[in-house]
Amino acid sequence: MTSETKIGVAPPAAAAGEWMRRIGRSAEAVVIPALAILASGILFSLFLLVLGKSPGEFFELLWRGGFGTSFSWQNTLVRSAPLIFTALCVAVPARLGMVIIGGEGAFVLGGFAAAAVAVPFVDWASPWVVMPLMIIAAVASGAIWIGFVGVLRHYRGVNETISSLLMYYIAVSIMNFFVEGALRDPTNPNKPSTKPIGDANMVGNIPGLDVHWGLIVGIVLAVALWLLMNRTKFGFAARITGGNVRAARAQGLPVGRLIVISCAIAGACAGLAGYFEVAAIQGRANASLAAGYGFTGILVAFLAKQNPLAIIPVSIFLGGIAAAGGLIQRRMGMPDATVQLLQGLMFVLLLVSDTLYGRFSFFGGKGGSR
Amino acid sequence: MNGESGLTIVLLAMFAGAIRVSTPFLFVSLGECLTEKSGRINLGLEGTLVFGAMAAYAISYESGSPWLGVLAAGCGGALFGAFHGYVCKLPKVNDIAIGIAMMLFGTGLAFFLGKPYIQPSAPHLPSLPLGWWSDSQAVRSALQINPLFFVGAVLAVLLWWAFRNTRYGLIVRMTGDSAPAALAMGYSVNWVRFIATTIGGFSAGVGGAFLSLYYPGAWSEGLSSGQGLMAVALVIFARWNPLTCFAAALLFGAAGALGPALQSVGITQGYYFFNAAPYVLTLFIMIASSSPKRSLKGAPAELSITK
Repeated sequence: MTSETKIGVAPPAAAAGEWMRRIGRSAEAVVIPALAILASGILFSLFLLVLGKSPGEFFELLWRGGFGTSFSWQNTLVRSAPLIFTALCVAVPARLGMVIIGGEGAFVLGGFAAAAVAVPFVDWASPWVVMPLMIIAAVASGAIWIGFVGVLRHYRGVNETISSLLMYYIAVSIMNFFVEGALRDPTNPNKPSTKPIGDANMVGNIPGLDVHWGLIVGIVLAVALWLLMNRTKFGFAARITGGNVRAARAQGLPVGRLIVISCAIAGACAGLAGYFEVAAIQGRANASLAAGYGFTGILVAFLAKQNPLAIIPVSIFLGGIAAAGGLIQRRMGMPDATVQLLQGLMFVLLLVSDTLYGRFSFFGGKGGSR
Repeated sequence: MNGESGLTIVLLAMFAGAIRVSTPFLFVSLGECLTEKSGRINLGLEGTLVFGAMAAYAISYESGSPWLGVLAAGCGGALFGAFHGYVCKLPKVNDIAIGIAMMLFGTGLAFFLGKPYIQPSAPHLPSLPLGWWSDSQAVRSALQINPLFFVGAVLAVLLWWAFRNTRYGLIVRMTGDSAPAALAMGYSVNWVRFIATTIGGFSAGVGGAFLSLYYPGAWSEGLSSGQGLMAVALVIFARWNPLTCFAAALLFGAAGALGPALQSVGITQGYYFFNAAPYVLTLFIMIASSSPKRSLKGAPAELSITK
């Protein structure tokens, strides 16, 4: 447990040591979350044993329902698409040191805005008009929603974690107000919804797959945002702001603009996820939009260490767990909150595992600060 | 005449509603106030509240005694708080992030374990009929007040008094304002915060028991919608003063009671907007009471949320 590389070593060795430490740190960022997931699996197994259920059966069903067959893979990918977007909604502001947990609000509002804009055009306008309108409405409402959180944060010093979650409840109220009132579809008495957006305006599937285009868009967006945050001046400035606001101000960086723009980008991502949920899956807006994708996205972003590229595989992993939920529920007679509980357990253990960073000498010793 | 009696009904319903709705706010915010005074923030109280509600309902149903349910909710909440308090003392662990995780974990666990208790009806907490002197049915029903409300009120005064006048209150405040000072005086900062978070969790759990055992009075998955989180915001608004917490809880209760009160006289239009009233109010209060430049007056200096 001692630090191996010290200042004053010969230059080539120091360079090699620097590389070793870099690799070590990257390995650390993979191994420690993996350990946390393993630990949550073990704890959850113990919990199942206490309840008299078989952990073996649970994990077998989890595998089969999430990744075992081509059908379950497609189900998994459909569920991971919104998670990529909602995790980006957490990861982008996180680079500026903000913890935004209200992505679900932008998701719901984006989906609702997309449906609300489409409904008056359904019968007569071409999809070439309606689809861009829907996308603009969803992206704009999401961007405004979370952008406002950024504005409050910067100009009023309001804590963004609390305000974003409050705005989630407000977003759901806004949607319910319209869906049960002015925009309610009178022909659908069972569940208050808007009118359908029409088959012509729906987003289709990726050729050869039963997965909609949202997955591709999500992956492209994740890569683009990784480039933005890691390879551009904007991203560099954002990371400086996240590291030390005072230093950023002293450098003359436009801290307020960085915060608001990052939040707006984040909200736009979540709003776009809402658009795909309406335009590729539901076909209309109703209360089932608030299915918790925004909240699972928080876990995805933390598991991915707020790295947009890592978000892609982690979304598929958690999408698989969510996809297996139904099978587990039916076969083992477990409540529908099982997946939520497992996710919560993972989240807690993941954060507890943060304490392990820098404690293992084979990852580059105690010298490497995160 | 008709309009006037309508107004009276709305006002009475809001008064009664304010007392009913404010009680969980009161318990959660007092717990959070104690935790934050010690210099740590527990955002997970929403999860604690939901878990407390489930535990209270389940125990009350199984044992037949609602007060045993309240105790169980408190103990469950204390366990959550103790976990939070223990984990946050580890290096590099972020108390805000752990709070978010505990919020999701607490609700997940409550939904999982509470599934069998959604249907059956458990014995409720009794209320005190303080309206015996009145002939009016409306006044009588408005003055049916749950004893937990008075417990909460006494607790608020007690906490306020203890912060100012007792040795323990001083230790908690010192830990919250300057950990090095507490350390220099020979107190373990982590131990003080652990105790404060545990007691805070107990209080939040009791608040949850009120939700499921009195008002709305049944366990369901939509029972709490952000009350725990609003209570955290309320503590900031109340400037970490237990007495102000009490007043703020009443105000929030009145805002929350507005929708149902209007509905009771037949105004159902815009019900969802009135439903949003407490959240909008919380947001406005946060906007009005925060400042980007200086740290808030009365804020514990060690608190990460105000830095």
